[in-house]
Amino acid sequence: MNSPSSISETPPPPASPAGAAISGKAVRPGDRIFLGFSRGSGIALLVIMAAIAAFLTYRSVLAITGDKADFFTTFDWNATGTEPKFGIAVLAFGTVVSSVVAMVIAVPVAVGIALFISHYAPRKLASPLGYVIDLLAAVPSIVYGLWGALFLVPHLSGLYGWLDDYLGWTGIFSYGGGAARSLFTVGILLAIMILPIVTSVSREVFLQAPKMHEEAALALGATRWEVIRMSVLPFGRSGVISASMLGLGRALGETMAVATVLSPSFLISKSLLDPGGGTFAQNIASKFSEADQFGQDALIASGLVLFVITLLVNGGARLIIARRKEYSGAAA
Amino acid sequence: MKLQRKNRVRALAVGALAVSGALALTACGSDDTSGSGGAGGSAAKPANIKCEGKGKLLASGSSAQKNAMDVWVQNYAGACKGTEINYQPTGSGAGVTTFLQGQTAFAGSDSALKPEEIAKSKKLCKGGQAIDLPMVGGPIAVGYNVPGADNLVLDAPTLAKIFDSKITNWNDAAIKKLNPGAKLPNLKIQAFHRSDDSGTTDNFTKYLKGAAPGDWKHEPGKKWEGSGGQAASGSAGVSSQVKQTSGAISYFELSYATSGKIPTVKLDTGAKAPVEATVDNASKAISEAKPAGQGNDLALKLNYTTKAEGAYPITLVTYEIACDKGNKADTLPATKSFLTYTSSKDGQAALKALGYAPLPTEIADKVRKTVATLS
Amino acid sequence: MTAVTDRPTVASGGAPLPVSLKQARLPRWAPPVIALVAAGAGCGIGLGAGLDSTIQWGLIAAALFVLGTYVLSAAVEGGRQAKDRLATSMVWTSFLLAVIPLASLLWETVARGIKVLNVYFLSHSMGTLPDALPGGGIYHAIIGTLEQVGLATLIAAPIGLLTAIYLVEYGRGRFAKTVTFFVDVMTGIPSIVAGLFILSVWILILGFGPSGFAGAMALAILMMPVVVRSTEEMLKLVPNELREASLALGVPKWRTILKVVLPTSLGGITTGVMLAIARITGETAPVLLLVWGAKTINNNPFDGAQQSLPLYVFQQWQIGTDAAYDRAWGAALVLIAFVMILNLVARGIARWKAPKTHR
Repeated sequence: MNSPSSISETPPPPASPAGAAISGKAVRPGDRIFLGFSRGSGIALLVIMAAIAAFLTYRSVLAITGDKADFFTTFDWNATGTEPKFGIAVLAFGTVVSSVVAMVIAVPVAVGIALFISHYAPRKLASPLGYVIDLLAAVPSIVYGLWGALFLVPHLSGLYGWLDDYLGWTGIFSYGGGAARSLFTVGILLAIMILPIVTSVSREVFLQAPKMHEEAALALGATRWEVIRMSVLPFGRSGVISASMLGLGRALGETMAVATVLSPSFLISKSLLDPGGGTFAQNIASKFSEADQFGQDALIASGLVLFVITLLVNGGARLIIARRKEYSGAAA
Repeated sequence: MKLQRKNRVRALAVGALAVSGALALTACGSDDTSGSGGAGGSAAKPANIKCEGKGKLLASGSSAQKNAMDVWVQNYAGACKGTEINYQPTGSGAGVTTFLQGQTAFAGSDSALKPEEIAKSKKLCKGGQAIDLPMVGGPIAVGYNVPGADNLVLDAPTLAKIFDSKITNWNDAAIKKLNPGAKLPNLKIQAFHRSDDSGTTDNFTKYLKGAAPGDWKHEPGKKWEGSGGQAASGSAGVSSQVKQTSGAISYFELSYATSGKIPTVKLDTGAKAPVEATVDNASKAISEAKPAGQGNDLALKLNYTTKAEGAYPITLVTYEIACDKGNKADTLPATKSFLTYTSSKDGQAALKALGYAPLPTEIADKVRKTVATLS
Repeated sequence: MTAVTDRPTVASGGAPLPVSLKQARLPRWAPPVIALVAAGAGCGIGLGAGLDSTIQWGLIAAALFVLGTYVLSAAVEGGRQAKDRLATSMVWTSFLLAVIPLASLLWETVARGIKVLNVYFLSHSMGTLPDALPGGGIYHAIIGTLEQVGLATLIAAPIGLLTAIYLVEYGRGRFAKTVTFFVDVMTGIPSIVAGLFILSVWILILGFGPSGFAGAMALAILMMPVVVRSTEEMLKLVPNELREASLALGVPKWRTILKVVLPTSLGGITTGVMLAIARITGETAPVLLLVWGAKTINNNPFDGAQQSLPLYVFQQWQIGTDAAYDRAWGAALVLIAFVMILNLVARGIARWKAPKTHR
């Protein structure tokens, strides 16, 4: 709380300091037991995590030391051969690109939907919509994959041709025709998949925004947008970022939907719209069934890298939240 | 306060209702699906199955032999009520790995064991080692979607060039030469390969390397090494892409071509007539195979350059893998009895309707003898 | 609550509020009309330019609607109102843009799944039926999913909840920071890695066979961080005044947490737990490794291989025959319906238990 790298950020209504100050003097047995239980769960969580980390590191080290090529820069994955050569360059690129595309599309739209449900929709519509959105978060990813392959991919090639016509000169959006089974398609599908999660959590946060603030702003003659901009969005910012992180976690680790939609290859193509690339999770799913023990180790090592990426992203998000912490008007 | 307590009682009641409902649910299901549609046809007479052993048998591996396994399990379970066989098509590599970890009674695999895997198996099989038992074969069909071309004939060098992106259009001179009468459209070739590692890719590329070494420079293996082309996951994935995409060509087990009504390429092997991908033609190619294993290991080496009449050389042989000595005592009787059935005449005859090639008699005899000595 | 949120709706709808009496306003029917015109123009441009993708038509129409509203409103009502209109129309468009694919997805699942859905399908397992043939059912998978997800929730929800309470209500110092850090790390665990971890500890080292419980443990690992993160967020939103008031009355801290903090945020916590359950019910990879999959019924989650719905969907998809595809969609439909019912029940409970506020 005292440095930007501090992990537990101050939420808009700063709960911890006040609560903690009082807990320091707690002597009641009930309090002690309860504290014991909740601290115990935290410890249990740490133990599990430490065990997983040890396990992952052990098997990753086995894999990386057995790798005959550079693990970070090789554009290939051949871990089961007699001369194992594999590297994560393409996977890291594909994972980051598809997730970035997904976040860029999904977060603004999700915030829009969340605002729609919490502040714009007719009340009779709002709560059923909330249910439906929560429900969509539960659709198994294989179903998204089936839908993506059968419905989304055929509908996107027209759009890609269009993007190529107007933005093809950038190189990023050039499109050579063929089935639209590219990283960009994966990004769009991932965006659709994480929409419900991000929406659901953001909506919950927006609904919690203090009504007094909204009423005060309205009384001063603010338009509805001004009310939202000045009292709802700042209040919900940390919640929205946290919701986005949940979504990003799912996007980064998504397996089946990517595996059914993407046409993977171990080349990095300059264009996002042409087939090719790959993601960590998709690669694990594709290679796992035919991997021997060492092949599994190699895949686990790539899983570890996915871990680290997620960690960096989460750390970044925490930093953003910490920077914005000066806003604390909601405490009123 | 009173109100809250009432709520708590109600919540408890809901919870209790849910739990008892779930418990009630566990009593009302049924495993008996014998009456449901279509199942009767392939069921052979169970009279010749000798049941031994009881309990649950776990096995996993190759997804290529999944459909065969389904029928065998159905017939076997019909005869032997005490045994339940659970075969999961997790993939050959995972099947061998779990077998070597001692989780399963036997594994199914599309490729014979590697020397280092045999070395590892000596730890598991006390006093023996793991062996390959060829159990079923199948043609790998090359399916295509080219409007106007119905009877496409290709040979190994042309296939190699198509899948290596050296021939990129359907009206290429090399294809025209093999199909004198056909109207080949001016259409880009979209060659699909498997994005996941697979035994099908392994056998297909072994064929390309074996029959057209000059045109296929890549090492054969479970991972696709060819350049260019598009990828899709699983045989179901590539076959559905071929169905959707005009100009597409890909390789998959014959059953996917049959169920998806996808036309398949006839191979010009050098025999008098181009060979079609059929069950019988695959059996003929398997009978041309030479033994490659030592001792009890019955691994086969296929002859990809065969010019025999009606032998379709792009063929896959899948094995069951078990210990020759030192199988786990509690699963041995059931394993032996089940493998005896699958290699028997009845077991092999049940396969033809599913797009699998039964083993040639000579090889099947050897397998039966070896299964009888498992201990 | 009603009164307050309703007021702005009226205001933007165009009914003259006292404040805006002197201001020119767009008539109430303006937004729908602009929307219609934009949709028409979108289709027109699409047809005229020969664009073959309907997605483009929709995007053009959406852009036209947003722009049109803004320009008109800026001309008639002035800058501030125009910005408000812009926000409103953007929110509406983003909602519609998102609804279309999601609705199409639901429609596809329902339309395809309903074909095979009947009592036989729900009350039978696959038995010994070959997977390529029509027939069979998903009873064994339903039982498996219920038991595995139930067990996973029983493990993960209490640990997750208590950890979140610790972090928000007690957490200070290095230990809390470490826990927060590792919760973040845990959100990034690929599901197959969680599966492999349990596989090597529970099955390979401890020597247990595959079972529903083994799968539930891996699912619990995946579920915990989601529960912690969302619960944490909800607990932080509970106004501090409530805690202070309760503590000032002499209520012990643990009772304050149980009786004041938790009930206030129960709705949000339930949503969080439901989302976590939703995440794990769709998991395939760990189930495949640990529960093994089966074609027959096994009611005991602690012994022997079981089936689960997502694994069933995945396996049927792999088989690739028409009959198997039908079963896959049918099972997916059941899975969605199952989560929906769970969701409704949980929300009902949350609404009952939530304190009545006069906000």
